[in-house]
Amino acid sequence: MNVVVLIKQVPETTDVKIDRKTNTLVREGVSSIVNPFDMYALEQALRIRDEHGGKVTCISMGPPQAEAALRETLALGADEAILLSDQAFRGSDTLATSYTLAKAISKLGEFDIVICGKQAIDGDTAQVGPGVAEHLDIPHITYVSKVEEISDGHIRVRRMSEESYDVIMSPLPVLITVLKEIGEPRMPSIKGTLRARKARITVWTASDLEVDDEMVGLSGSPTQVVEIFSPEIRPGGEIIEGDSAQEKARNLLIRLKEDHLL
Amino acid sequence: MSVEIIASKCTGCEACIPACPYNAIEIRDGVAYLLDSCVFCGACAKECPSGAIVVSDLGPDLGPSSKPSEDGRSEAHDGHGDGVWVFVEQRNGKPAGVVYELLGEGAKLASDLGEDLCAVLLGYNVQHAAEEMLKYGASRVYLVDDPALESFQDEPYAQVICELAEEYRPSVFLFGATTIGRSLAPRVAAMLKTGLTADCTKLAIDKETRLLLQTRPAFGGNIMATIVCRKKRPQMATVRSKVMKAAQRDQARTGEIVKLSREIIAPRARLLETYPIPGQHVNIQEADIIVSGGRGLGCPENFALLEELAELLGGAVGASRAAVDAGWIPYAHQVGQTGKTVRPKLYIACGISGAVQHLAGMSSSDVIVAINKDPNAPIFSIATYSIIGDVVEIVPALISELKAGGH
Amino acid sequence: MNYFLTEEQEIIKELSAKIADEKIAPRAAEFDESEEFPWDLIRVIADADLFAVWVPEEYGGLGGGVFEQCLVVEELSRACAAVAVSYAASGLGGFPILMFGTEEQKQKYMPEIASGSKLAAFALTEPDAGSDAGNIRTTAVRDGDFYVLNGTKQWITNGGEADIYVVFATVDPEKGQRGMTAFIVEKGTPGFDFGKKEKKMGIRASSTTELIFKDCRIPAENLLGREGKGFLIAMRTLDKTRPGVAAQAVGIAQGALDKAAEYASTRVQFGKRIGEFQAVEHMLADMATQVEAARSLVYSVARTIDAGEPNITKASSMAKLFASDVAMKVTCDAVQIFGGYGYMRDYPVEKMMRDAKITQIYEGTNQIQRSIIGSAVLKEAARRK
Repeated sequence: MNVVVLIKQVPETTDVKIDRKTNTLVREGVSSIVNPFDMYALEQALRIRDEHGGKVTCISMGPPQAEAALRETLALGADEAILLSDQAFRGSDTLATSYTLAKAISKLGEFDIVICGKQAIDGDTAQVGPGVAEHLDIPHITYVSKVEEISDGHIRVRRMSEESYDVIMSPLPVLITVLKEIGEPRMPSIKGTLRARKARITVWTASDLEVDDEMVGLSGSPTQVVEIFSPEIRPGGEIIEGDSAQEKARNLLIRLKEDHLL
Repeated sequence: MSVEIIASKCTGCEACIPACPYNAIEIRDGVAYLLDSCVFCGACAKECPSGAIVVSDLGPDLGPSSKPSEDGRSEAHDGHGDGVWVFVEQRNGKPAGVVYELLGEGAKLASDLGEDLCAVLLGYNVQHAAEEMLKYGASRVYLVDDPALESFQDEPYAQVICELAEEYRPSVFLFGATTIGRSLAPRVAAMLKTGLTADCTKLAIDKETRLLLQTRPAFGGNIMATIVCRKKRPQMATVRSKVMKAAQRDQARTGEIVKLSREIIAPRARLLETYPIPGQHVNIQEADIIVSGGRGLGCPENFALLEELAELLGGAVGASRAAVDAGWIPYAHQVGQTGKTVRPKLYIACGISGAVQHLAGMSSSDVIVAINKDPNAPIFSIATYSIIGDVVEIVPALISELKAGGH
Repeated sequence: MNYFLTEEQEIIKELSAKIADEKIAPRAAEFDESEEFPWDLIRVIADADLFAVWVPEEYGGLGGGVFEQCLVVEELSRACAAVAVSYAASGLGGFPILMFGTEEQKQKYMPEIASGSKLAAFALTEPDAGSDAGNIRTTAVRDGDFYVLNGTKQWITNGGEADIYVVFATVDPEKGQRGMTAFIVEKGTPGFDFGKKEKKMGIRASSTTELIFKDCRIPAENLLGREGKGFLIAMRTLDKTRPGVAAQAVGIAQGALDKAAEYASTRVQFGKRIGEFQAVEHMLADMATQVEAARSLVYSVARTIDAGEPNITKASSMAKLFASDVAMKVTCDAVQIFGGYGYMRDYPVEKMMRDAKITQIYEGTNQIQRSIIGSAVLKEAARRK
């Protein structure tokens, strides 16, 4: 089984705060991490390899510092890590990103399954997975909560919906995006971490991938950000006073009644 | 758009560095330098006191996307200009709630653009739903009714939608940001090689350029970004439910149903079976009143208090991610960035600190009550009514007051 | 304080801390309550290669020593002393085999101990032989190609859960200490049974049981070292593993200190954070200083041992004595700082206080340690005359 995992290095967004006085992002102490959903994708890939044998390759498109994220995947047991890095990729939106990642996967040769996390916690778009599948002309299944079986060149999975789940069967190769329900990611091991520190991470540039310049970076991005601003600050409201819990409760209910909510 | 730093003008004051949401500016040899992670958003340019950062449009052909002709209707751009489309997601012939909101919003966009609001409906035996869409404001419904489309499957749906879009060339195409929408829209966008913006909280037509301005949260809701798709069409966007205002039904409205048939390719990934999720059937998105609990409840047993309060108020129970991750309540109740977005008339946050990711899921609620013993909890900054106190004391007090007062 | 660890030591420490914080700490109270042996946590520790840190590479280990083991034990102990001792006790059972075993024995047992797929245990104590270890009554009688063991061991950590036991028995009760002999006994050997799991004050999830030998026949190849060498083997082993107990004590103390400091920074009384009152601030200062001193001593001793210093008995005892006394004091003070909340089982510090006590008792009570140290001090003085 040749499994490919798409990885993204993201800022730890739960640490990112807005400084209300200057309306700018406060990024002190915000570390870079592997996108949490991608860890679940990697775990699923490792489990498939543990059961069926084969190879797990992690690919990430990003600036040179994204290497650190790929090393983490090696420490967890990935067999190979590849970084797609080039000035030409700057300004890529999800379409250009999915084109570039698809070129890299094609360059790998044969593959059976591509696994992505549900979404990246900085962009939150969840678009790259299906985009990559389209560029590779393979089927895709999103929101996979469980891989039920892989056999005879087919995979059977559960896809979660709001109120139900679907059981879907697809021939390989296929791309799936996974939820946390897929299973707890394993901890790194010391041997893995030591190996990862010494491992070589392959770097592919735009020319290595033989991309069409019009399809990558800014040129390949139909969408562009035109403005960034901080979300509206709602003014703070009224503090309900009271000498006891009972009194506070009473006063709140009076307010809510006045507002015709009760 | 492109961003450039003019080194000769840069004084190295570093005002630009904290403004960058992507950590993409560094000082090298005393002047600012853009790293690879720059996405050319231009946020830094606004902060530069020396005018050393220049934002420019790329190339000559990125001007206004289309001009209105004399009769106010837009001329086709790149062949497009025929409609604001809404994808009608449905299950068993019943359109998803978000569809009505898309029609509501879509009508405004169509009016601003001078184009028609159209609905795109795929399914089997769904004629009646097509008629309903007309009542909710669509001027035209493109209907493909075929047994192969009875249940949603990515490939046949994407194939048909793509063919329709290429044939009829809409300017704008809106999808609900549902499980289906978030699987279908990106595939369609990649097939059409056009731009897609996810989870938009605001849509508008720019008066000058007539482009769709798509505003959405990023970084877990810590910042808002406005995005455009200048050249490619249709301009695609997904919108979460309970964010836009739903269209009103008007029995008198009429329109055109364009019934089409298509040769539908058998999908590679096939749906075998659908199972309802066992356990409590919760749809907090429908509730007018939500009583929500977080880590501050202290223990899972205290959710029983919230259930009692919710029942007395006639509402539903929600939860923060912390409570769900701790296993205190199932994920179906989770409100927030990675849970559901809700917009009830009354949202009572009990023992919830108010992390940005949670606020992203409920800040549009009409009235917010926050109960927390930490006076510095961020939730208080958006609460209409704040009670500083221990949830475990206040909630039982509310319950007893409600019971006593015969509310 | 920066102890200038090597890169590999940093990796070991960070990974141990990660497991402690993410996997162990959230479940410490649950295991304390249920007293269930924490097998899934042991597996996480094993999968991370942590059992291998002190085992030579030729047996599947990472080639580190006592110092690396102490790093692991200290971090795990911050989260839960019971999980930490289950890990450390496997070292206690493995060290004698590593130090005194034949090549065959090492090849047979060390790889499994290093991978954590099997746990080991050290069985010396008996109902009538605690501090007076030489007074053991379990007998081992040679019978052709076998030894037959009879007797009872008491309070054996990892009892019932471990697969590999280093058991001390006497081949000649008349000879006292000089008859003591070490054997390797595997779980499942007929005639080898376990008593019930003891109910303890602390480290409750750790398995402490009796071992019962009734005409238990073990192959003669399972003799460890030589007949009569058992006491030496036991003492040499304990010299090397006392820093591990000391590290456990340091970890417990650090965990308690961290919780107390966090609490003191948030709890407000009389309009101030209680950490701003000198009474509390000074308590924290003393606690922190003691913990750092204990850590420094443990690290120095561990490094000395790994560097090959032969005379480590006094230093090793000092580390164990000092660190365990510190742990007891610091955990009590932590409970005090928490006030009423400290007494409640819903809060983590009372468990740490209950856990700390055993470190003053096992692997040689602190009274025995003082005797060892005192007698060493006097010997040195005599030599100087």
